[in-house]
Amino acid sequence: MSAARRLLIVGGIALALLGMIYGVWYAVFAEHQELDGISKSLATSFSAAAKRDSATSGAAMGEYRELKYAYDRHVDVHGHWIGLAMILLVLGIGFNRMGFSEQNKMFLATALVLGSFLFPLGVLLQTLSRGPVPQVLAVAGSALVIASLAGMAVGFARQRG
Amino acid sequence: MAEVQSRSNEAALDVARAAFAAMSARRLLTLGGIGLILVGMLVGDIFAVFVLHQNAAKVGEGLSATAHAAVAGDADAVAGSFQSVGSFLENRGTKVDTHVHMIAFGYLALMLAILQPWVALRGGTRKKLAWVFLVGSWLLPVGVFLIHYVGLAYSPLTTIGWASIFADLGGVVVIVATLGYLLGIGRHLRQAQRAPSQDGLLEDRSVTGRILLAGGLTLVLLGFVHGGYYAAFDLYRHEALDYSLLSEMSIAAGARNVAAVDSALGWYGQLVGEKAVNIAAHAHAIEFGVLAMLLAFFQPYVSLRETWKRAWAWVLLLGSLVLPVFVLLELRLGLVAGGIADVGGLLVILSLLAMWIGIVRYTGEIDAMAPPAGGRRG
Repeated sequence: MSAARRLLIVGGIALALLGMIYGVWYAVFAEHQELDGISKSLATSFSAAAKRDSATSGAAMGEYRELKYAYDRHVDVHGHWIGLAMILLVLGIGFNRMGFSEQNKMFLATALVLGSFLFPLGVLLQTLSRGPVPQVLAVAGSALVIASLAGMAVGFARQRG
Repeated sequence: MAEVQSRSNEAALDVARAAFAAMSARRLLTLGGIGLILVGMLVGDIFAVFVLHQNAAKVGEGLSATAHAAVAGDADAVAGSFQSVGSFLENRGTKVDTHVHMIAFGYLALMLAILQPWVALRGGTRKKLAWVFLVGSWLLPVGVFLIHYVGLAYSPLTTIGWASIFADLGGVVVIVATLGYLLGIGRHLRQAQRAPSQDGLLEDRSVTGRILLAGGLTLVLLGFVHGGYYAAFDLYRHEALDYSLLSEMSIAAGARNVAAVDSALGWYGQLVGEKAVNIAAHAHAIEFGVLAMLLAFFQPYVSLRETWKRAWAWVLLLGSLVLPVFVLLELRLGLVAGGIADVGGLLVILSLLAMWIGIVRYTGEIDAMAPPAGGRRG
């Protein structure tokens, strides 16, 4: 098995494990709490509006915004880590069909594995910090994924017989 | 020399036949996996046509009732309306989960089928694990589908019903089977003198396989580019709008301004639709891309003429492109685009069914033409 192929398969399994372990943690310790919080804050906001209590209504709506922001990102991280792991595994299995030199294959595989790890990590860090660093990480990670996938598509198209 | 060659050919043929024999683990997982994806896609299509839009309308009505109850100053009615919205969301969520889990388990089954030569377990054990995997893969989505209808009836627990219990059991069964295969792969890797894996599936270089692999990867790439564009230009705007429209609704309800409430409700409905089509287009392009790439590996076992195999591969890729593109165009073109997107889904289902039938028809004739073990096919 070539080094690039091994990197994709081992990286894919590691990323899938990371995504699943994160998913279990999230399901047990965060998901239900966040969903309950989203539902309750919306209900509280409209109930307060019915009682003409605009201060409570506004505060509850603010709480909803924060919870929804975190919930969307937590779910995205789980889905993207596992989805990207699947792509790494499938590409790893078929990597010997690519019409590139071993060096180029290794370069593309490294970029894809790195991007697949960094992109969801950047999204996850956005729940902890609203600064530019997590956003830069997510953008850089997704750019690596897109560029390496484009390179691999060319490599598969080039392969003959 | 000729006798040695002949024996070697026979040995290779025996191995190939055993690898994809009528009830072998690989065949069970391949046919079961494609079957799961087929049924999952059919469920998705039926759900999209008969449930999704009606359910979205009911959720919208529920939210409208909530806002109008707040306008009327009726806090109890607000709570009641939220409960009905929750019920509609549960109905929608369980159907989406059924669709998604069937397809995801189908992908996993295909992946496990590819990995069979690396699983160092007895044939019988691998076959039993395949059955266990398939039973769990059906139990979970069927259980999830029934959650909305069974509820807490006769349940020994206060928050989880029987349907949820059986769905969770299905998940555990799938995990056990997958762990069993992983154990087998671990054993294979630990074997000091393991034979090099000769596998016709991975050595195939047919044109159809290459079309599916390159086409699938292109679809994945398109899905990512669209996802990146959405994240860069629309995601934060949508998040801000989600908050501001709900906030506007709540403030207008407090001020008894019915016109402002209705206006915010209208905009909110449009926003939800915009988010949904973007996410669906992104997810479907990537999922269909992965499906095409997985199916590329199974082309040697699709017992159809080469021209038909190629045609079905193109049909699959065409449908895989049409569905997400026209889902995205639904906001501009309305139901016409929705209909064309459904036709795209149907094309994927038809090509998948054709490949499934081709694999059922396979009796080993491709392996019969194989050179001796260690040789390569073009």
